[in-house]
Amino acid sequence: MGNFIKVVVFSLVVIWLYVVFSANYIPPITPAPPPKEEVLDLSEMTMDDFLALGEKIYDGKGTCTLCHNPVMKRAPLLERTAVVAKERLKDPRYRGKAKTVKEYLYESLVDPSAYVAKGYGVTGTNDTVSPMPDVSKGAIGLNEVELWAVVAYMQKLAGVDITVEIPRGEAVAATEEKKEEKEEPARTPQAVLEKYGCSACHKMTEEGMDPGLGPDLSKIGAKRDKEYLRRAIVDPNAEITEGFSPMMPDTYKDQMTAGELELLVEYMAGQK
Amino acid sequence: MQPILRSKRALLLLALTGLVVLFMLMVPAGDGYVLHRTDGLVYAGGGGGGGSEAVSSEGAEAGKVEYPPAPKLKESDYPTISGINSRVFVWLVAQLHLWFAAFVLAVPIFVFIIEAIGMATKDERYDKMAYEFIKVSITAYSITAIFGGLLAISLMVFYPDFMKYLTLIFGDSFIWYALIFFAESACLYIYYYGWNAMKHGFRKWMHLTIGFLLNGVGTTLMLFANAWVTFMMSPEGVDASGVFGGNMWEAIHNHLWNPINLHRFIANVAYGGSVVGAYAAYKFLSATTEEEKAHYDWMGYTANFIAIAALLPLPFAGYWLTAEIYAYSQQMGITLMGGVFAWLFIVQAVLIGALFLSANYYLWCGMERSEGAYRYTPYIKYIGFVIVVCFLVWFTPHTMILTPSELKALGGQYHPILGPLGIMPAKNTAVNIMIIFTFLSFLLYRRANKIPTVSWASFGNGVQIGIFTAAMVNIMILGVYYGYFTNTVYKVASSVPQVVATLMVIVAGVVIDVFMYRGAKEVGPLKWGKMPERSQYALFLLAVSFTWLMGLMGFIRSAIRQHWHVYTVMRDNSVDAFTPTIGYAAKVVSVGTIIFMAIVIFIFWLSHLSGKKQTEYQR
Repeated sequence: MGNFIKVVVFSLVVIWLYVVFSANYIPPITPAPPPKEEVLDLSEMTMDDFLALGEKIYDGKGTCTLCHNPVMKRAPLLERTAVVAKERLKDPRYRGKAKTVKEYLYESLVDPSAYVAKGYGVTGTNDTVSPMPDVSKGAIGLNEVELWAVVAYMQKLAGVDITVEIPRGEAVAATEEKKEEKEEPARTPQAVLEKYGCSACHKMTEEGMDPGLGPDLSKIGAKRDKEYLRRAIVDPNAEITEGFSPMMPDTYKDQMTAGELELLVEYMAGQK
Repeated sequence: MQPILRSKRALLLLALTGLVVLFMLMVPAGDGYVLHRTDGLVYAGGGGGGGSEAVSSEGAEAGKVEYPPAPKLKESDYPTISGINSRVFVWLVAQLHLWFAAFVLAVPIFVFIIEAIGMATKDERYDKMAYEFIKVSITAYSITAIFGGLLAISLMVFYPDFMKYLTLIFGDSFIWYALIFFAESACLYIYYYGWNAMKHGFRKWMHLTIGFLLNGVGTTLMLFANAWVTFMMSPEGVDASGVFGGNMWEAIHNHLWNPINLHRFIANVAYGGSVVGAYAAYKFLSATTEEEKAHYDWMGYTANFIAIAALLPLPFAGYWLTAEIYAYSQQMGITLMGGVFAWLFIVQAVLIGALFLSANYYLWCGMERSEGAYRYTPYIKYIGFVIVVCFLVWFTPHTMILTPSELKALGGQYHPILGPLGIMPAKNTAVNIMIIFTFLSFLLYRRANKIPTVSWASFGNGVQIGIFTAAMVNIMILGVYYGYFTNTVYKVASSVPQVVATLMVIVAGVVIDVFMYRGAKEVGPLKWGKMPERSQYALFLLAVSFTWLMGLMGFIRSAIRQHWHVYTVMRDNSVDAFTPTIGYAAKVVSVGTIIFMAIVIFIFWLSHLSGKKQTEYQR
C-alpha cells in the first residue's frame, strides 16, 4: 500500500507541475474568437466606414498580418504594395490580367501567383508560385465586398488615392469579428489604473516601482492641473516630457468611459 | 481466475454489442441518403439542425448519384444537455479512447516481436514476458471498446449533423471498421487464450501467425480512424462547398493521412512501452522475492528500451507531419507553429525533455546491474550535461514575456545572446544532438558488461567515434551556418541532412556494435533486480509525461482546425467553436490523464488480483 500511495502521489505531483507551468508560466494568450457573419447596409456606408471594414478584415478574418508582418517576415510587407503596383504591372514576371492598381491589388488576393515578390515564392519554383492561398476561398473565404474593402485599405496604407468604389445596392452579407463581451467600467481610481495598466510604464505611487518608460506620476498633482492631465490622457503626444519618447498609445480616448477618465484625473490631481 | 475472466468477457461482450447497435443506428442514416438519391431528390445533409431539405437535381434524374453540400449550421442546431459541456465531454472521451487504443494497438506489436525473439533464441523468459505484456493489455482492450462506443454515442448526441455529414462520405467505411473490429477481437482472444495451448512446434508458428494477423487488423483499424480524423483537417474528395464526389478512397487518402499514420504508429509503440514500463516498475517496487524483482527489472528494462527505440525516430515523423501541414495549408501551418500555439511547443519541449531525461536516467541507473559498467561511469556526467544543455536550448522561447523595466534593460523582446536560440535551427540542432547522446547512453549501457573479442575491436571503436564526431560537426555546421548566415530556403532545407546525419549515427552505430560484440566476453553475470528504487520512478515519469504529452498534442492537432468541423468545408457554429487557451487545454488534459491513470491502476490491480487467486488455488 505504501508503494501504491507513493506512486500515486508522485504521478499527481508530475501532472500538477505540468499544469502549473502551462497555466501560469506560459503567456495567457486568448485566441481570436471565430468570425461572425453580419449583414451590413452598404447604401449608407461612408468611405471611412468602408476603410474601417477593410482594416478589420486585414487584421482579423483575412488573417493578412499572420504572414505580412515585420517580425516573422514570412511574406512581404504590404505598406507600399499600392505604390509599387504600377511597376509590377510592367514587370516581365507579371502574369496576371489586371490593368489598374486596384485591379492588381484585387488580383493579388484571389490569384497570388500572378506576381510573386522576389524571395517569397514556394521553394523550388523560382518565385513563380506563391504560398499564399486564394483568400476568396477556403478557410478565409472573403466575399466580394470584403475583398474590395481590403483593397481600399491597402491603398490607404500606402497613402495613395483610394480608387475603389463602395459597392452599393441591397444590404450585402459581410463579416466581422465577434465582439468581446462588454467590460464593466472601472469604479475606483485603483481599478482604472489596473484596467489600463498605467503602472506598466509610469511610477504611480510613492512606494510603487518605477518602470522608467514614462514620466514619474507619483507626485504629478503638485506640478500639473486637471486640464493638463485630462489632455495628457486623451492626446498624449500633444506635449512630450523631456527625456521620454512619444510611445504612449493615443487610444485611451476611445477606450475609457467619461467616468473612468474623470476618476483618473481626480486621482492624479490629488497625488501631491 | 474464472469469475474474473467471465466478468471481463461479459464487459467485452457488452462493449461489442454496444458498438454493433451504434453502427446499425448509423448505417440507416447513411443509407437514407442513398434511398433518396435515386428518386431525383437529394437531401441537404440534415443542415439546419436535421431539418433536411429536399432539392431537385438534374443529375439525380439522369441516374447519377449527387451529394448535398456540407450543412451550414446555426448555434441552435447543436443539442445540449444541461450541466454537460458537450465539447469537453467529447474531448475527454475521445482522448481516453485514443490513449487506450494507442496502448492496445502497440502492445501486440512488441509482444509479437518478443515472442518471435523467444522462439528464435528458445529462451522461455521472452515468452513469459510477452505473455505478461499481452495480459496487461487484454483488459485495456475492452475499456478501449467502451470508450469507442461512448465516443460514437456522444458525437451523435452532441454533433448529429456533423456525424450525418461524415456518414454520408464514410458510411461504408464505418461498416468495414465494425467488421475489422470483430476480426481484431477474434485474433486477440485466440492469441491470448491460445498462448499456452500453442506453445511448441508447429502450433507455435500458428500462434505467431495469429499474432501477425492481430497486428495487421489492428493497424488497419487505426488507418480507418486516421482517415476520418485527417479528412477533418485536410478534406479531399469534396468540393469547396463540401459536396462529396463519390470516391471514398480520395477522402481516405487525403493529404495528411499518411503523415498521421506514421506518426501515430511510432508514437503508439513508444507510448505502449512506457505504460508497460510503469506496470513493471510498480511490480518491481511491490516484489517480495529476489526472483520477482529480477523478472520485473528485466521487464522494465525491455519496456524502456521499446519506448526509447520508438521515441528516437518520433521527432522526425513529427517533422514530416508538420511539413505536410504547411504544404497542405500555409495558414494552418502558421496557426500551428507561429500563431497562438507557438507557446505550446515550449510546453512540449519541457515534456519531451522530461521523457529524454527520465529514459536516460533509467539507463544510467541500469548500469549498476553490471560490474563492467564502472568503466563508463565517468562519462555519464558529460552525457547528462549535453542533454540538459540541449533541453535548455529547446526550451528557450523566441520572444520573452517581460516587465517594462526588463524590456527597457534588454532593449527589446529578444535577448541579445539567448534570442538566437529561440528559432528553429537552434532547436533542430539541439534535438538531433539530444537524440545522438541518448543513443550514446544506450550504446554504453549495451556494451557495459561485455568485452569484444574480435580482432578489429579498436578499429571498430575508432570508426564509431569518427561517425559520431563527423555527425556532430555536420549537425552543428548545418544548424549554425545554414541556420543563421544564409537565407530562409537553406535554413529550412538544412534540417533534412541533420536528420539524415542522426539516423546514420544510429544505424551505423548499431550495425558496427552488433558485429563487434558478437561472441563478446561477459565481465560478470548481469545482476537483474539490482536497481535502486528511485530508478523505477523514472519509468513512472516516462509514462505520466507521455500520457500528458499525447493529450496536449491531440489538442493542438484538433485545435488547428480552429472554428471548422471539416477545415474550410463545414464550419463549427456551436457555442464552443472558439479556440481555448493553452492553460485551459492543460487543465482538461490533466483531468483526462488522471482518469486514464486511475483506470490503468485498476487494470494493473485486476492483473495482480488474477495472479493472487491462482496462487491460492495452487496451494
